[in-house]
Amino acid sequence: MTVEVLLQAAVSGLLMGFVYALIAAGLSLIFGLMEIVNFAHGEFLMLAMYTAFWSWALWRLDPLLSLPLSAAVLFLLGVLTYKGVIRWILEAPMLAQIFATFGLAVFLRSLAQFLWGVDFRLIQDPLVKGRVSLAGLYIGLPQLMASLACLAAFGFLYWFITRTETGLALQATAQDRQAASLMGIDTERMFALGWGIGAGCVGVAGSLLTTFFYIFPDVGGTFALLAYVAVALGGFGNVPATLAGGITVGLVEVLGGLLIAPAFKYAIVFLLYLVVVLWRPQGLFGKF
Amino acid sequence: MARPARGTTVRWLAASALLAALLAFPFVFTRPFPRHVMISIFLYAMLAQAWNILAGYCGQISLGHAVFFGIGAYTSTLLVRHAALTPWLGMLAGAAVAGLVSQAIGFPVFRLRGHYFAIATIAVGEIVQTLFINWDWAGGARGLFVPLQRPDRFVHFQFHESKQNYYFVSLAFLALALGLARLLERSRAGYYFRAIREDQEAAASLGVDVTRYKQLAMGISAMLTALGGSFYAQYILFIDPESVFPLSLSILICLIAVLGGVGTLWGPLLGAAVLVPLSEGTRVLLGGGGKALDLLIYGGLIVVIAVVQPGGLIALLRRPWGRTS
Repeated sequence: MTVEVLLQAAVSGLLMGFVYALIAAGLSLIFGLMEIVNFAHGEFLMLAMYTAFWSWALWRLDPLLSLPLSAAVLFLLGVLTYKGVIRWILEAPMLAQIFATFGLAVFLRSLAQFLWGVDFRLIQDPLVKGRVSLAGLYIGLPQLMASLACLAAFGFLYWFITRTETGLALQATAQDRQAASLMGIDTERMFALGWGIGAGCVGVAGSLLTTFFYIFPDVGGTFALLAYVAVALGGFGNVPATLAGGITVGLVEVLGGLLIAPAFKYAIVFLLYLVVVLWRPQGLFGKF
Repeated sequence: MARPARGTTVRWLAASALLAALLAFPFVFTRPFPRHVMISIFLYAMLAQAWNILAGYCGQISLGHAVFFGIGAYTSTLLVRHAALTPWLGMLAGAAVAGLVSQAIGFPVFRLRGHYFAIATIAVGEIVQTLFINWDWAGGARGLFVPLQRPDRFVHFQFHESKQNYYFVSLAFLALALGLARLLERSRAGYYFRAIREDQEAAASLGVDVTRYKQLAMGISAMLTALGGSFYAQYILFIDPESVFPLSLSILICLIAVLGGVGTLWGPLLGAAVLVPLSEGTRVLLGGGGKALDLLIYGGLIVVIAVVQPGGLIALLRRPWGRTS
C-alpha cells in the first residue's frame, strides 16, 4: 500500500467527515436545547434528499439550486415536529421521548416507501460532476462541493449561535430554561427554532448528498447512526465538537475500510465509539 | 382495604378465563393463519417482556436486543446442522451463549447512562450483525436453512403439519417470561431493579450493588430473548443476519413493550396483542407489495401513544378500576 493510496483515502474520509459533521450538528443542537435525541434525524435527511430529487425530477432544478428549498422544507418539518410532537413530551420520561421520535422515524420511512416505492433513485447529470486531479490525488467534484458547502453551513451555524442575539438566546435556553425565561426569552420560540435549525442542517446536507448518493426510503439509517456516533464522540449538546466528531467518523470509516476490511468499515466506527465512551463516558469534549 | 381483595378476585377470574380461551383457541381455529397470528403474538409478547425486564423494571434502555435474538437463532441452528443436536437442547445452549455474551457486553456499557447507553447498545447490535454477515462458517450474508425433518417429530422441534404444537410451545414460552417477570416483581432483585431505575445514586448509597443487579437483569433478559430467537429459527426454518440481527427488530421489540406499558407485567402482552394482528392484518388485507402500510400505521400509533399516554395502553385499561400502582 502506497502513501498515495492512504492520502487519497484520508482526503475522501475528510470530505465525508464534513457532511457527517453538519448532519451531527443538527442533532447536537436539538439535544443541547432539550436533552432529546431525535431518532428521526435520518428520516429527516431522507426527506431532504427526496425534496432535492423531486425538484430535479419535476422542474429540472439541480440540487444546488433547490438547496434553499430543501433547507426551508426541512426547517418547516422541524418546527412542525416540535409543535406537533415534542412540545407535549418535554417533561415525559426518557422512554416516551425516545419512542416518540422512533415512532416518527418509522412513520416517515414507511410514508416515503408508501408514496415513492423502494427503488433506488439517482439524480443524473448534476451541474457539478466529474473529478479533478490535485497533486496526484483524485477528488470527486460533487463530494468536494458537498463537503465545502457543509463546512460553510457549519461555520454559519456556529456564527449564528455564538454571535447573533437569537443564537445567544438559544444558548441561554439550552443552559437554563427557567433563567432564560425570566430574562424575557421566549423559550417556546427558541425550542421551535432549535428544531427548525436542527432539521434545516440535514436539509442542506441531504440536498448536497444527492449529487453523488442514491436516494431511497432507508437511506437515512446509516447516516443517522454515524451522526449519533459523531455527536456522542464530540459530547452531546456541544455543537462545535461535532465537527471533530464528524471528521473522526469520516476518517475512521474510510481508513478502517482500507486498512482492515471494507465490509467492516461501519463496525470499526461503532467500535471506536464504544472505546471512546468507555474511556470518556461524556464524549471527547463533553461535560458530565 | 376491601377493594383490593375484590380487585384480586376479578383479576384471577379474568386471568383464568383468558388462559382457558387461549388453550381452547387452536381447537376452535384450525386454519394456519389464525394460529400463525397467535404464535406471533406469543413470540413478540415474550420478547417484549424479556426486554421489559431490563428496560422497564431496571431502566436500562437497550436498543440492541436483536443481538440476543440472533445468537439464540444461530446457536440452535448451527448445532442442528453441524452436530445434529435437537433444538430442545440447542435453545438452552443458545440461551447460555446469549447469557455469557450479555455479561461481556454489560461489563463495559453499564458504565454509560441514558442516551449514551442506548446508542452504545445500537452500536453493539450493528457490530454483531456485521460480524455475522462476514462469518462464512455461519452462512455469511446468505443465511442458513434449518434442515426440514419429515415427518414432524417432537425431538426435531418441527410441527409444520398443523402448527398446533408451535402454538403451545410459544404459549409456554410466554408463560415462562410472564412467570419470571412476576417472580421478579415480588423478589428482592426486582425491588433493586426498580430502585436503580428510579435513582441509581440513591440505590447505590443504600448499598445496592448497582452493576451486579444491572448485569443480572441483562442476563435474564438476554437468555429469554435467545429462547425466542431459537423458536423463531425453528418456526421459520431460515435465518440470515438481515432477519435476526437488524436494528428494526430491536426497535420493534421495545415498541411493543412501550405500546402496551413499560415496567408492567401485562403491558408487553397487551402491546403484542394489539400490534401483531394490526401488522399481520394490514399485511394480508392491504397486500404487502413493499408499501409498508402496516409500518406507517403503527409508526403513527407509537407517536400518538408516546405523546398522549406515555404509560402505554395498559394505563388506559387501569383507569376505570382506579388502580394507580
